[in-house]
Amino acid sequence: MKTYERIIQLFLFLCALIAVLGVILITFFIVKEGWPVIQKVGFFNFILGKQWAPTQQIYGIYPMILGSVYATVGALILGVPIGVGCAVFLAEIAKPRIANIIRPGIELLAGIPSVVYGLYGLVVIVPFIRKVFHNQGFSILAGSIILAIMILPTIINISESAIRSVPRDYKEASLALGGSHWQAIYKVIVPAARSGIMSGIILGMGRAIGETMAIIMITGNSTLMPESILSPIRTLTGNIGIEMGYASGEHQQALFATGVILFIFIMILNVVANLMPKRVGE
Amino acid sequence: MKSKRVLAVVMVLVLAVAAFTACARPTEDNQNGTAQGGEKQNITINGSTSVQPLVEELAKAFKSKKPNVTIDVQGGGSGVGIKSANDGVVDIGMSSRELKAEEKGLKEFKIAIDGISVIVNPANGVTNLTLEQIKKIYIGEITDWSQIGGAAGKITVVTREEGSGTRGAFIELTGVEMKEGDKKIDKTTATAITQGSTGAVMTTVASDPNGIGYASFGAAAENTAIKMISVENVQTSAENIYAGTYKISRPFLMLTKEEPVGAVKEFIDFILSAEGQEVVSKHYLKANK
Repeated sequence: MKTYERIIQLFLFLCALIAVLGVILITFFIVKEGWPVIQKVGFFNFILGKQWAPTQQIYGIYPMILGSVYATVGALILGVPIGVGCAVFLAEIAKPRIANIIRPGIELLAGIPSVVYGLYGLVVIVPFIRKVFHNQGFSILAGSIILAIMILPTIINISESAIRSVPRDYKEASLALGGSHWQAIYKVIVPAARSGIMSGIILGMGRAIGETMAIIMITGNSTLMPESILSPIRTLTGNIGIEMGYASGEHQQALFATGVILFIFIMILNVVANLMPKRVGE
Repeated sequence: MKSKRVLAVVMVLVLAVAAFTACARPTEDNQNGTAQGGEKQNITINGSTSVQPLVEELAKAFKSKKPNVTIDVQGGGSGVGIKSANDGVVDIGMSSRELKAEEKGLKEFKIAIDGISVIVNPANGVTNLTLEQIKKIYIGEITDWSQIGGAAGKITVVTREEGSGTRGAFIELTGVEMKEGDKKIDKTTATAITQGSTGAVMTTVASDPNGIGYASFGAAAENTAIKMISVENVQTSAENIYAGTYKISRPFLMLTKEEPVGAVKEFIDFILSAEGQEVVSKHYLKANK
């Protein structure tokens, strides 16, 4: 039936169209709402301004950009070694019986809502940091620890499948040359899987930079320039999330403008992730 | 068989189209409803942006009972509300402060009282602060509890996000908001921990022995994990707020030029009724005990 096929094709095309249309509409709307403020303040004044006082029409999001970057970098420093280590263990070392216990655990980790992570951070991590360092507890460190846990599943899953897709010959050749299993892992297998591992890390980075709820609850949201790893910070997402409720007029537009900058960040990350060679060994 | 499948696909498409068009329908019905429901009446209101959300909520409750009345609520600030009511450009002006002597002459209706508690951790030995001390803590001039009679410890200042009505009232009533020229500047220290809700502020203070925060009286009074402190030696209590001796509180007023009539009177009567005051008590203290 030709018409039947056509209808189905049209229907599927519409589905595809709606997804793309969604992206276009959201982009258009965010930029349309945010642009007037960026234009009024000036792009560089906006992203390099150090003071955020929306009720006085002062819009500078440099502290928030730093906040997002620091929290994300911190999360990667903590999360990448653990995540890649876990992926190597699952793919190369763990017996199936053990892997079958660990893997569902990681899937569960991915399924925990971010507000629960936030709550955990607020009642466990923040008081812990407060106790150890005798400060307010809300800090880059607290945010990075929680983000590191949140991005683990992404990094582990993608890294593990990258490691698994390294051809067996590589490992066997390495062993045949007299190398130990560990030497095969760190000299041959992990380097061969590095592009896949990098994709995992970049996707994890995207998740970290876009995280909102958990980060609002544990980073303190101060608009101060961060001075150390123990300083409270406000991230770009946190800035939008915390102030949207009561913002109106130009203040609201400034939050959309924050969204525009965040959007640019995420887009750069996605482009970089797409540029990563997909095949092993390249 | 295949024709059945075609039928199924067509049905799905028809349903989808129906679902989309259905979204547009309720508004049409509403318009018909108001057209039939008697004479259309319009109330215009402007003034304090602190009172605005409450009045909007009250307007919604009122409209569900009187659908033929449309209520247009705008901001502008207390000054604008008072002036607009006086000039007769709006039916009702809103103010979140008492009228000054030269502004008297309007009909005043107190619809709610906004009281803000200053809260600390229960482990904190400090039980009383002056307005001056609270202000200095929030602008960052007092940074350690030992400076104001407590055990040594760096004060963790907890505040609400900019734009929050509670923050607006707090900085206004404690003097954290200062006049520079004809502009009012919020001087809250940039090191302050900012939380997006009353609950988050209270949780933060409850878990940090050196924390200080503020929350609406209604919410703080019910929370036993934090301690409300006295301000200027006046305990934070509903009695003291109603008596006017507790300093960090303010009335929410509705102002009309003449004795209200018609829909305006109905709306104000509704707000002051038990039902309207029930809406008020969700976030604020009722106008009267």
